[in-house]
Amino acid sequence: MTSLVAQKLGFGYPRQPVGRNVDLKVIPGEVICLLGPNGSGKTTLFKTLLGLLVRQNGTIVLNGQDISKLTRTQIAKQIAYVPQAHESVFPYTVHDMVLMGTTVHQKLFSAPGQSDAERAQDMLNQLGIGDLAKREFTRLSGGQRQLTLIARALAQDAPIIVMDEPTASLDFGNQVKVLQSVRRLSQRGLGIILSTHNPDHALACASQVLVLADGTLQAAGTPATVLTETLLSKVYQVNVRLEKLSDGQQVCIPRLD
Amino acid sequence: MDWRSYITLKPGTTFVVLALVVIALALGAILIGPYPITFAQLIETVTRLSSGSPLPETQGDTVLLSIRLPRVATALLVGAALSAAGAVYQGLFRNPLVSPDILGVSTGAGLGAAVGIFFSLPVILIQGFAFVGGAITVTLVYLVATSVRNHEPTLVLVLSGVVIGALAGACISLLKILADPYDQLPAITFWLLGSLAGVRTSDLTSALPAVLIGLIPLVLLRWRMNLMALGDEEAATLGIDPRRLRLLFVAAATLMTASVVAISGVIGWVGLVIPHIARLVVGPNFNRLLPAAMLMGAGYLLIVDTIARTMAETEIPLGVLTAFVGAPVFVWLLATGRRSW
Repeated sequence: MTSLVAQKLGFGYPRQPVGRNVDLKVIPGEVICLLGPNGSGKTTLFKTLLGLLVRQNGTIVLNGQDISKLTRTQIAKQIAYVPQAHESVFPYTVHDMVLMGTTVHQKLFSAPGQSDAERAQDMLNQLGIGDLAKREFTRLSGGQRQLTLIARALAQDAPIIVMDEPTASLDFGNQVKVLQSVRRLSQRGLGIILSTHNPDHALACASQVLVLADGTLQAAGTPATVLTETLLSKVYQVNVRLEKLSDGQQVCIPRLD
Repeated sequence: MDWRSYITLKPGTTFVVLALVVIALALGAILIGPYPITFAQLIETVTRLSSGSPLPETQGDTVLLSIRLPRVATALLVGAALSAAGAVYQGLFRNPLVSPDILGVSTGAGLGAAVGIFFSLPVILIQGFAFVGGAITVTLVYLVATSVRNHEPTLVLVLSGVVIGALAGACISLLKILADPYDQLPAITFWLLGSLAGVRTSDLTSALPAVLIGLIPLVLLRWRMNLMALGDEEAATLGIDPRRLRLLFVAAATLMTASVVAISGVIGWVGLVIPHIARLVVGPNFNRLLPAAMLMGAGYLLIVDTIARTMAETEIPLGVLTAFVGAPVFVWLLATGRRSW
């Protein structure tokens, strides 16, 4: 079974350590939410998990193999990455953008063929943005871009997806759409690890929650055990109230006083 | 205004149209000149040659075979190579404002060639020097641009290209002072102006293989070039090795630039303007951008060169004409900004 396991992980940049002693495990069907204030090192941790940054301590094991011994192709077949919705320099069509996700399954000298093109369109349809296929990526809204990048990760057909703040800078409706697709993907058996600034998002879709602050994990476990008023108040340095709604869903509300 | 949506031709049709236009331009350029050649003469010479009969060497044959044909073919080759290189650099540096000349590669290659001429080296070594000069320049520009932080990256890249290019230009000027005024100086001056006036068949046959070698990785890895335009980290997570690919692509584009600079001199602006126009017509997907840019570049430089040799009594340097077209387009690119790319 596919798994991405980090143990006693130390990460950061040369001569500038960011975090240490991080343990986590991404497995199929689970959504891991990484919470943490600005600058706590969430993106750095993700880049290290993806093998883009060299780890400083500990181990990262992908399907039983040390990730630093794997090629980019081997990693990309197992882990897809959804970066924060960004501008693109050139006006690639949405379809081309998603098609790039299929590259890892192609031979070195070949270009995507008909079946890849159909697959890309299928992924766009699944995320409800099939009609955007011929539009230019540069002309999309933030939410549409984020969904396109998720479609690209799906086209990559990797069992694990790493999402860096997929709801950042999206309007309310698009945040919900992204969270819905995250939940659907995990129900289909994908393992997902995502970072977010909003504890409510963790409450809504996470099976595991990690809280990163001051370079270490402050807590890890199920949302119910981890997300407490005390911990959230301490990590974010504001007063926070947790309430249970009548249907059992918990919500997190800041106190403005 | 989105006039791109008005171009509804299928990609295949676009390429057929472009290819036909280039062929028509080439035929026209062969016939036009101080010694006019009629279409019938052209057909007659071609059929006589293909039937294998020895040349009676009419004046028309000489003009056609030793002057007109090599020149037209070289213009096509130079335009296609510079445009392909420009499309590659723009994708690799994720920046539609760069080109072989903006990045200083052309001037660097010119400096390499000038050094070769200065030491009276054979043509193949002059080409080698041009490649080394171009490669060193692009490396320096990239290093400078990546080490300068806290500034707009586009601006830094363009400016460092201008600065390194100016430095290479200064070195060329120094060589010109030191060079033999009767033999070497005219040859060196030639690189700076850019001209196809002295082109012979031997120039063509020495540059063509190098351009084709540079083209091979671009054609084979054309799809992966698209991923490079996303930036290194994203490209890596999609399963390619961006560092190795960048090295290969830069080497290929620099080889193409340097080998044509070695025969045509420094011709600016083509590698900037043409890939941009091609992108407007066929989109940024390198599968289509590369052939479109090469066809358009070939046709464009052929038109410019034909104007250069027919408009006035004396030849107008190519660099002058391409600048008249290129400079306004560059300003337009700067002014319209990100949205229209």
